[in-house]
Amino acid sequence: MKKGWAALVCGLIFALGLGISGMTQVGRVVGFLDVFGAWQPALIFVMGGAIVVHFFAYRWIIRQPSPLFDREWHVPTRKDITLPLVGGAFIFGLGWGLGGFCPGPALVSLASGQSRPVIFVGSMLLGMVIYRLIFSRKVSSP
Amino acid sequence: MPLDWINALIGGVFIGLAASLMLYWNGRVAGISGIVSGVLNPVTDSGGKSWRWMFLLGFGLGGLILKVLKPEVFASELPTPLWTVPAAGMLVGVGTMMSGGCTSGHGVCGISRLSIRSIFATIVFIAAGILSVLLARHWGVMS
Repeated sequence: MKKGWAALVCGLIFALGLGISGMTQVGRVVGFLDVFGAWQPALIFVMGGAIVVHFFAYRWIIRQPSPLFDREWHVPTRKDITLPLVGGAFIFGLGWGLGGFCPGPALVSLASGQSRPVIFVGSMLLGMVIYRLIFSRKVSSP
Repeated sequence: MPLDWINALIGGVFIGLAASLMLYWNGRVAGISGIVSGVLNPVTDSGGKSWRWMFLLGFGLGGLILKVLKPEVFASELPTPLWTVPAAGMLVGVGTMMSGGCTSGHGVCGISRLSIRSIFATIVFIAAGILSVLLARHWGVMS
């Protein structure tokens, strides 16, 4: 039960962060990726700020004997660079540039009631389901 | 520092905080594509589905709060034809499943752990994003 409420709080903070940061404004995202055009570097600070906080927090947290509300850590440990990892990241990047949305900002934008996030998220879910139907054994976690 | 840089930094700190609390409380990676695909998965993993639904509920609540307090943060229009939206969504859905993460799971959580897989994936998806915008402009898909 505590696990659920903890996840809810994390989701809430995460969504607010995405909105405040500018990631839900697709024009800014495309501007960030438009390095050979009118480049808008602002969004580098989103990833930068998040990584600085989590980099130091991670080092302290992972030294604890266990998470507060779970018995064990669920952190990926794989180190192999595989074709699905690289190919999948490439396909994801193509879609990110074309639509200006990655999964998080698209989901948060559903609350706006605008049509593009609804179409985007619907197709994203469809893509996930189709992938799982075809390669059900190759799904991995981050 | 311009205001949009400061907002980006504040938002980034929120995201880093959310990822850290997720790890500290539940021992989980706050990867959005993984949480969403876990909900879609008919096979329940060891941790169950309920925390994933609660995370997404929090996500939705966050979205509603933004809609009330800062509706201007939602700008989903691009100078692209409508067919590009489902195409982009499909690519993002398939790609994140194949590579096992997105901007949050690989880009934030993975890089913070210095995961070699996540560093690789992030370099590739940013490069592909740059290429995608370049091609979309070149072919006149994006004005």
